[in-house]
Amino acid sequence: MLIAIISLGGLGLLFGGILAFASQKFAVEVDPRVEMVQEALLGANCGACGYAGCSKFAEEVVAGNAPLGGCTPGGAKTAARIAEILGQVAPETEARLVAQLVCLGDCSVAKDKFIYHGVPDCKAAMMYSGGSKACRFGCLGLGTCARVCPFDAITMSEKGLPIIDADKCTGCAKCRNSCPKQVIDMINARTFHYVRCKSTDKGKQVREVCERGCIGCGICVKNCPQKAIRLENNLAIIDSFICNNCGKCVEVCPRDTIV
Amino acid sequence: MSFKTFKGGIHPGYFKSATEGKPTVPARPPSLVVIPMAQHIGAPCEPLVAAGDEVKMGQKIGDSKGFVSAPVHSSVSGKVVKIDSCNHPLGRPVQAVYIESDGQDTWHGDVQPRPDYEKLTAEEIKKIIREAGIVGMGGATFPTHVKLSPPPEKKIEYVLVNAAECEPYLTADHRAMLERPEDIVTGLRLVMKAVNAPRGFIGIEDNKPDAILAMTKAVAGDSSIVVATLHTKYPQGAEKQLIKVCTGREVPSGGLPMDVGCVVQNVGTCIAISDAVRFGKPLIERIVTITGSGIMEPKNMLVRVGTMITEVVEQCGGFRPNIRKLILGGPMMGLAQPGPDLPVIKGTSGILCLTDAEVELDEIRPCVKCAKCVDVCPVSIMPLFIGGSVEHGMYDKAEEFNAMDCIECGCCTYICPAKRPLVQWIRMAKGDIAARRRK
Repeated sequence: MLIAIISLGGLGLLFGGILAFASQKFAVEVDPRVEMVQEALLGANCGACGYAGCSKFAEEVVAGNAPLGGCTPGGAKTAARIAEILGQVAPETEARLVAQLVCLGDCSVAKDKFIYHGVPDCKAAMMYSGGSKACRFGCLGLGTCARVCPFDAITMSEKGLPIIDADKCTGCAKCRNSCPKQVIDMINARTFHYVRCKSTDKGKQVREVCERGCIGCGICVKNCPQKAIRLENNLAIIDSFICNNCGKCVEVCPRDTIV
Repeated sequence: MSFKTFKGGIHPGYFKSATEGKPTVPARPPSLVVIPMAQHIGAPCEPLVAAGDEVKMGQKIGDSKGFVSAPVHSSVSGKVVKIDSCNHPLGRPVQAVYIESDGQDTWHGDVQPRPDYEKLTAEEIKKIIREAGIVGMGGATFPTHVKLSPPPEKKIEYVLVNAAECEPYLTADHRAMLERPEDIVTGLRLVMKAVNAPRGFIGIEDNKPDAILAMTKAVAGDSSIVVATLHTKYPQGAEKQLIKVCTGREVPSGGLPMDVGCVVQNVGTCIAISDAVRFGKPLIERIVTITGSGIMEPKNMLVRVGTMITEVVEQCGGFRPNIRKLILGGPMMGLAQPGPDLPVIKGTSGILCLTDAEVELDEIRPCVKCAKCVDVCPVSIMPLFIGGSVEHGMYDKAEEFNAMDCIECGCCTYICPAKRPLVQWIRMAKGDIAARRRK
């Protein structure tokens, strides 16, 4: 019994000593600021900064290769915290961007050309005649954006359109980049009203396939007091940085495309 | 010869009885043809005519400077109405020439028979084939003259006529062999001459004994051509599998048939080559099988390229009301279409109309790792792992599992008890891998 305690205890002390020595002798020099910056980040590893995960971004920020405000999800708050750690001046805060779905063509208002049966993924559906929606610009509703969102901000509605929770959205733009139809825009988070359509088809064609698509009538353009709306290729586009949320366009839109 | 066979493959129901006994009938000359500028793999053609121009039958109306490309010709004589986009079997709208027929079908002056065609040199034959706009008519629409122009270091020893017609439902090649066997043999001889190949094979599945008989008769004891009876199994008519069975050679991964000294041509292509060389006729019509239980009268028809599918269907008595799915080509590798509003192109081997009873829309379930897909895969890849990788977005993993070797025959999807769309996943992987390799 005694021999066992002594021998095992002795081994423990010996190895402990070796480990203590090794940790001193072979210690990896880490800038303590890297760890501090990493703690300030959200830790979602979303990749919006362009680096492979939060720890890489932290390293690059400390090394001076990445901008202080590089963490889009963290926004101004994180940028200020990083600036504080690094003893630098926080950059000018830009407006927070959030993802906005730019299509209202759910199954109750938009027509389908055929029944799609296959891999439940928008990119897969795109391979077959550009997807089942009759409108060639419309959201396919198979939820690729919801699956790539690292912050659980996107859920799919029963009618087959993604619902983006603006509070949870950090503006990392992963959904926009994954959408094969490009019906997600990154817009100013303070803007409530937006033309929710991407169709540049002529009015007649839009009417044939969707009840709520923009027909390019231009009524909103004429009525906007801020001149924030322009018409391009039969499609009204609101500049979310000029819009002051007066809501006039929502009232006048004959197709309820602006919400 | 002994009937060696390839690994894997399936035995689906063949459903050929509806049309295999029916002679090919010429379709009514169309009043309007829509001729897409892209009817082949490769660079699309530029239109050579403008709205208002008068064109003759067989006149070249589109061409491209790209090597991997084939010109297109007018299939009627008449007036160009407009140049606009049209629906295409591949799903994306393409530019097309709309021609209104004058009902006269006057041939263009360039279409002249060549009575002394046997004296033509290899180069001349290749040039005629290119100018006639001939592409692989089995469905892949690869320009034929490209296949016949291997780099000089690659010696072609065998020319194979793919007469397996392993796709269920389709009987266009079968009818062609019964009705024009001599032309097929002429086409084969011309190809052999063009690539200077000493030997030819005509591979026919053993479920078409009458075709084997007709072809053997047409070959008439020519010892350089062998009519090979093949085991009836899908995909017997896949290029690489046909080569393996007939010659015992295996096309390497990522390689082409010319790497093992082979050239494969479809039955329809051989007839088109014979017509082009002997009579100067460009490729403007083809045999199409219109079949499936969703059509009133299944038929084999000789249809002009550019005829609208709606018009062809109308001549077969129209759709049955319970039609559920329209496929251009066979059920295994054909392309499902959103509607009949598109033209017949050079690669349209069949118009397949399936009803509720034939279309099964089952829920996609998790893989049970039964490996049936591995057993049936003719190119020895593991579809279950590629499908699983793509399902989770791991395209690099799919590349490691050799997704690029897939021939998209559809055996794995056919056999899968969990109804997993394996081919679609593999196609996604192939698209992604090809895009990354281009970078």
